[in-house]
Amino acid sequence: MSEQTNSLRNVRQLASMLHELDDMLVSCMRCGICQSVCPIYGATMREADVARGKIALLENLANSMIADAEGVNAKLNRCLLCGSCQKNCPSGVNSLDIFLRARGIVTGYMGLSPVKKIIFRGLLVRPGLFNIFLEISGKFQGLFLKDANTTLGTSCSSLLRPVVGDRHFPALAKEPFHAQLSSLDTPAGASGLRIAFFPGCVSDKLFPNVPAAMLTVMQKHEVGVYMPPDQGCCGIPALASGDRKTYDALVRRNVELFCAGSFDYLITPCATCAATIKEIWPKLLEGHSEKIREKIGLLQKKTIDVSAFLVDVLKVPLPASSREGKRITYHDACHLKKSLGVSEQPRVLLNGLPGWQLVEMPEADRCCGCGGSFSLFHYDLSSQIGQRKRDNIVSVRPDAVATGCPACMMQIMDMLSHNNDHIPVKHVIELYAETL
Amino acid sequence: MAISSALIKEFSVICGKENVLTEEVDRMSYSYDAAVLTPVVPALVVSPPAQEELGKTVKLAYDNDLPITIRGSGTNLSGGVIPEQGDGLVILTNKLNRILEINKEDLYAVVEPGVITAQFAAVVAGHGLFYPPDPGSQAVSTLGGNVAMNAGGLRGLKYGVTKDYVMGMEIFDYRGELVKTGSRTVKCVTGYNMAGLMSCSEGTLGIFSNIIFKLVPPPKASKAMMAVYADINKASETVAGIIAAHIVPCTLEILDQNCIKHVEAYTKAGMPLEAAAILLIEVDGGHAQMVEEDTVNVIEICKKCGATDVRIARNAEEKNTLWEARRNALPALARAKPTTVLEDATVPRSKIPAMVAAVNEIAKKYALDIGTFGHAGDGNLHPTILCDRRNKEEFHRVEAAVDEIFDVALKLQGTLSGEHGIGMAKAKWMEKETNRATIEFSKNLRRALDPKYLFNAGKKVL
Ligand SMILES: Cc1cc2nc3c(=O)[nH]c(=O)nc-3n(C[C@H](O)[C@H](O)[C@H](O)COP(=O)(O)OP(=O)(O)OC[C@H]3O[C@@H](n4cnc5c(N)ncnc54)[C@H](O)[C@@H]3O)c2cc1C
Ligand code: SF4
Ligand code: SF4
Repeated sequence: MSEQTNSLRNVRQLASMLHELDDMLVSCMRCGICQSVCPIYGATMREADVARGKIALLENLANSMIADAEGVNAKLNRCLLCGSCQKNCPSGVNSLDIFLRARGIVTGYMGLSPVKKIIFRGLLVRPGLFNIFLEISGKFQGLFLKDANTTLGTSCSSLLRPVVGDRHFPALAKEPFHAQLSSLDTPAGASGLRIAFFPGCVSDKLFPNVPAAMLTVMQKHEVGVYMPPDQGCCGIPALASGDRKTYDALVRRNVELFCAGSFDYLITPCATCAATIKEIWPKLLEGHSEKIREKIGLLQKKTIDVSAFLVDVLKVPLPASSREGKRITYHDACHLKKSLGVSEQPRVLLNGLPGWQLVEMPEADRCCGCGGSFSLFHYDLSSQIGQRKRDNIVSVRPDAVATGCPACMMQIMDMLSHNNDHIPVKHVIELYAETL
Repeated sequence: MAISSALIKEFSVICGKENVLTEEVDRMSYSYDAAVLTPVVPALVVSPPAQEELGKTVKLAYDNDLPITIRGSGTNLSGGVIPEQGDGLVILTNKLNRILEINKEDLYAVVEPGVITAQFAAVVAGHGLFYPPDPGSQAVSTLGGNVAMNAGGLRGLKYGVTKDYVMGMEIFDYRGELVKTGSRTVKCVTGYNMAGLMSCSEGTLGIFSNIIFKLVPPPKASKAMMAVYADINKASETVAGIIAAHIVPCTLEILDQNCIKHVEAYTKAGMPLEAAAILLIEVDGGHAQMVEEDTVNVIEICKKCGATDVRIARNAEEKNTLWEARRNALPALARAKPTTVLEDATVPRSKIPAMVAAVNEIAKKYALDIGTFGHAGDGNLHPTILCDRRNKEEFHRVEAAVDEIFDVALKLQGTLSGEHGIGMAKAKWMEKETNRATIEFSKNLRRALDPKYLFNAGKKVL
């Protein structure tokens, strides 16, 4: 058989796998409204970059109208998975679900790129190994990371440039959070509540102050904490790269780990982890046993963002908002506002910070352009989108920027540092903890 | 048919390589618009970076006999930017997106055609002025697309439609020569009113390079209310009564029973499910007192005409809640079934009850779910057919129903389309609404301005 007919037959096979998405794809009415919110489209103005374009391409691939699976895959990967399109879609298209599943199907068909394979298959599923790997690089990075901007605590490395581009990323913490504290199991105090605590990879490795602040806050409000050791990644980086196998393994591992304890809420300072646990885990159940599915359902109900927990559940007392003091502005992390619908509560907390006043930046809920590994593989596009965020931030002359997601913190620090803006970037919970 | 690589190179020389899209995955995303029609992939896609390059692109394409489809955001609902065949060129206006001038003394603005409607309106508002046309797609539609479709919107009754704001424009003709029409003055009779001709030309007569828009002072006060009816005829009488009292609301929207049901199912906001129709009315003006008076009068008319309930928004928040029903009409209908066929038959406003009744009959006859909402003030209804385009048998019924809806609209002395345009979807119906002579006249006009029939072939007049 000639190579061409062979590949044609393969594409047909891919097409039939994509038919599983048919019911979701067909609900896109091609209205184009997603153009108004898609950060990638905003930067490139290319129809293939917007949800409508991607969905049309997938439909054509599913109907064998196009044979260029690689081309479609490249377009699919030009996406921050920010969910802005889904949130604003008049037709209720589940675009995130579509994109994640499609990435899995197409990657399954084409194979994972070798670099991603090492990271996802080798390191992420084995948290121990991943941590050791990062710890070693953490120890050595002082040798080749030079301080780029001390206020921000970011450093850029000429040696690492081929891998990370010209990124000013925060130095890996001298000691990741899990090395400071590997596990915790404290009883519910006066609050009568106990939380399960999932710090998340980015907090753990780059911003250990954030989970530390979380614990201070919980302690202060007498909330018991269950933090099992050896937590794995929430799975989203693997899933976004189409590596469903790794993703499923990570989910299973975490589900078993957490369900071994008893608690009222599952809390993470990472909006992306929270959204993954609450919105994505329950949607992709095919690979799991009935038991695991039930547990995923349970965790979904218990998962809550930390600001929402403080404001809605604990109802912490706060001073009245102030029109004076240092200026703080707030960036809505996509996974917090668009996926979890949390936008009021962090503002309530910031408004109550003594000595600070909250000033809104324009387009506060426009994506910062990070999108997890998107920023590694499409750094130019990512920073073009990030620059708009930076310009919006700077336009309100803040003394600090707050947000609810460590991934956004990383991106915003990078953008500010590149522009030589000396504006610190903080997690809402860090600022709140400082007031206690 | 593929375009020769030599010719592609020439386009690249004019526009820059990064603005010429040849890959199938890229071209494919310019094969559709918001109409439910079969996509056709163009042979080449070019996005000129500036006006001068736009002219050169048009000339090069025309000289080489390439069919040309000019495309804004691709949100039209009539197949207006789906290429006729796969051998042509799609020209994008998305890089031509600069606002060139906003003149506060003389109340006008000059823009490139790719500027997004809502962004323009916001910038204008920032200058303390008002650009009223507000199509439902304004967050994404382009001003060039608005002019070429003569887009309407919710404010049509009082403020008119896009064409009422076009003072002048510059157009590239088929030779790529720049043609000027209209001016920055309120009055201008120099030459033919070509800007008028271009409004609604759907990309078939010339390519807009820039447009001069009239701006107006914004209203100082407004008031919104909602009236509920057990009988749609009474809603219609209310509309007639309001106009007869010489009150011109800035918006006057209607939702029929089926539409209300879908909105309630989606929002659970407590819509009056038993109602046959609701009217959403907003009055505005230069004086708060005048607006108050109009509001009182409108409420009285609503009640006199038999509204079972009238609600008035006392503040911005309540106004927002009232409008929620209208804003959710399309989302609610669109979510109900996979495919949404959004129609646009328009009748004299007194015929709305007859039209809605006929649509409901048609829905029953073809066993289809049709919800109707629209602009009661100008008789522009949007019967929205909910279906699944994968179901061939059902889709045949949808097509038959659409044909019948047009038939009824014409019988009621209405028109095929109030604002969504003719495009490919309705071109075959043109003669039925007009006559042979009208079609011949239009074709002569078209032939004179586009002798090779390359501008958006297959659209508008065949
Ligand atoms: C959800 C939704 C709601 C809508 N609501 C309304 C509404 O309330 N009122 C209404 O009127 N329409 C409405 N529409 C239809 C549509 O948005 C309008 O027709 C709009 O004007 C199209 O603008 P566009 O930029 O998308 O143009 P496109 O769809 O890209 O093009 C439309 C036409 O304009 C021509 N064109 C574009 N640029 C130029 C140029 N520079 N020179 C010459 N010709 C040009 C094209 O060739 C084509 O024929 C709606 C559509 C959707 C999807
Ligand atoms: S907004 Fe939704 S329905 Fe409209 S084109 Fe985008 S994905 Fe499709
Ligand atoms: S998820 Fe975000 S980046 Fe991806 S298509 Fe949707 S809006 Fe664009």
